[in-house]
Amino acid sequence: MASFKYESQVRAPLVDGTKDYHQVTEDIVRPIEAPPSRAWWIGFIISVALLMFGVYSIYREVTYGVGQWNLHKTIGWGWDITNFVWWVGIGHAGTLISAILLLFRQGWRTGVNRAAEAMTIFAVMCAGQFPIWHMGRVWMAFFVLPYPNTRGPLWVNFNSPLLWDVFAISTYFTVSLLFWYSGLIPDFATIRDRAKLKWRKLMYGLLAFGWTGSAKHWQRHEALSLVLAGLSTPLVLSVHTVVSFDFATSVIPGWHTTIFPPYFVAGAIFSGFAMVQTLLLVTRKVLALEDYITMEHIEVMNKVIVLTGSIVGIAYLTELFIAWYGQNPYENYAFMKNRVDVFSPYGWSYWLMMGCNVLSPQIFWFRKLRRNIVVTFFMSVIVNIGMWFERFVIIVTSIYRDYIPSSWAVYYRPTIWEVGFYLGTFGLFFTCYFLFSKFFPVIAVAEIKHILKKSGESYKKDMGKVENESVDQLYHEVHAAHAHH
Amino acid sequence: MAVKKFVVGCFDEEEAVFDAVKKVRKSGYKLHDVYSPLPIHGLDKAMGLRDTSIHTAGFIYGITGTTIALSCISWIFTKDWPLNIGGKPHFALPAWIPIMFEFTVLCAAVGMVLTFCYLCQLAPFVKKHHFHPRATDDKMVMVIEVTPKNDAAEISSFMNSLGAAEVNTQIAETGWWIGRYDKEQKLYADETVSA
Repeated sequence: MASFKYESQVRAPLVDGTKDYHQVTEDIVRPIEAPPSRAWWIGFIISVALLMFGVYSIYREVTYGVGQWNLHKTIGWGWDITNFVWWVGIGHAGTLISAILLLFRQGWRTGVNRAAEAMTIFAVMCAGQFPIWHMGRVWMAFFVLPYPNTRGPLWVNFNSPLLWDVFAISTYFTVSLLFWYSGLIPDFATIRDRAKLKWRKLMYGLLAFGWTGSAKHWQRHEALSLVLAGLSTPLVLSVHTVVSFDFATSVIPGWHTTIFPPYFVAGAIFSGFAMVQTLLLVTRKVLALEDYITMEHIEVMNKVIVLTGSIVGIAYLTELFIAWYGQNPYENYAFMKNRVDVFSPYGWSYWLMMGCNVLSPQIFWFRKLRRNIVVTFFMSVIVNIGMWFERFVIIVTSIYRDYIPSSWAVYYRPTIWEVGFYLGTFGLFFTCYFLFSKFFPVIAVAEIKHILKKSGESYKKDMGKVENESVDQLYHEVHAAHAHH
Repeated sequence: MAVKKFVVGCFDEEEAVFDAVKKVRKSGYKLHDVYSPLPIHGLDKAMGLRDTSIHTAGFIYGITGTTIALSCISWIFTKDWPLNIGGKPHFALPAWIPIMFEFTVLCAAVGMVLTFCYLCQLAPFVKKHHFHPRATDDKMVMVIEVTPKNDAAEISSFMNSLGAAEVNTQIAETGWWIGRYDKEQKLYADETVSA
């Protein structure tokens, strides 16, 4: 048959259970049509409360100035930029899954891409808060945009990595949002056409943009998805590269290294996949989507985690080697004294990072542990703690001891408002995610239908015949079929 | 647009639609469209639709972005406000590559999505006639237009012979509208003919 594509029986099915197209719609749209559960309300209220605390922390910072944070002479960037890089890094898995794995024809991406893309968008929204509020006089934030102005015109500095970041982050956010939304349009139409309640029909009618499912529209939709994936692939790699340039193009010992771009990108994918695991392990359980986000999905993402975690580990060791081999006394001091030395003020954070990012993911070499939900959930949290400390180590241990030892005495620790701002972004992230999981299809309905007859469990069984039959038998069958015609 | 008469046939399997589409094209009936809940690869070829040029549009938007970024930055940094940064050249092309790249991607992506929405006539508040409510769930819906040369009954029996599970005749607006076109202006009716 024309649309049947053969997939090896060795591969486990991507959609478990006996399902037809209607069942797929039912399974994914049902949670949207049901009233929210008690657990949803509790989670949502906690998220909104955290968000409110964050809003108040930002209010303090805007009213009283950046002095509300414990930044000082040597530490000009503390928690704020750590959190920025951490959130941007988390935002990398979504586009990696939706774009790069699309180009590599990885069928398993289909079960997780929608939620991962949503995570990307919310994480980039959280990341964007940090540089914006760090400006202090935030009402002048539009100064970062290049436009003819009455100040000269005084233009922005196009040679500065900080401006590259403005372009990279805003482009990344816009393109991810467009990619995500164009995929959502057909699914919104599915919900609209099933809706019985008037407000639901109206709301999803609005969101579906009048989608009908016409053959020509599908043809354009497929072409659009493919080209957007092609554009997003270099984009996602460029974003964390540019973020790493913020550090790498400076001449601060500990930052001034050429390994930063690939090392940051690998770390971003590492932390992003960990966050996808954290979110999806809960989502699949609460929304009963275990047939779509299967153990195979969890295992394959754990493989990505152990791979990228090991790349990050090699990068850490390379940095140490180069610090010693390069024979630059300042570089050597930053690495050997400020980081590796456990008894230095921030030595503990370096070893916490090493333990969480390099050592602990190695347990995923064992299949049993890769397929264990409790271990996976625990590890996904550990990895994100480790990746937060990676950014903390890079930022704080490189600058807390500058070239004037008299200013070394002050130990940097955040104020409650710095912590509050960070917690507030958790509030923003989870508020958005809770709303998403309630009102949007967390799995791409049309895309699952597209792979159902190739990788669905019941359909695969029928096709298994091709592999189990002997060549002779198959030859006779085909021959008989021809003779019949 | 225009209000026309259509014969609508529903299929359960996308494989059946391929055969049906081929037979419709051979028979000379006017195939209006096929609606499906999922993209059916190769159906566009079977229907005789030409390839989409949305990629070409994306390429043009992309190089437009590159050109704008390069020309603006070089004018700003060499003519309008030449900034002396450590005595380095004003025309610092390597340092501009990140912004040129990002702007290329931004223009290509935004341009393509807008073009897609324009070509498919997609926008918030836009409404269109839906031939079958389950065309976005699990049914493949093939629609043949009734022209003066043939009549609905003839096409209906032809549609049945193709193996359609459900056949009916509808008079429908082919364009889009905003608001309650269907109820207030009484422009479309739904007369179901039992198959």
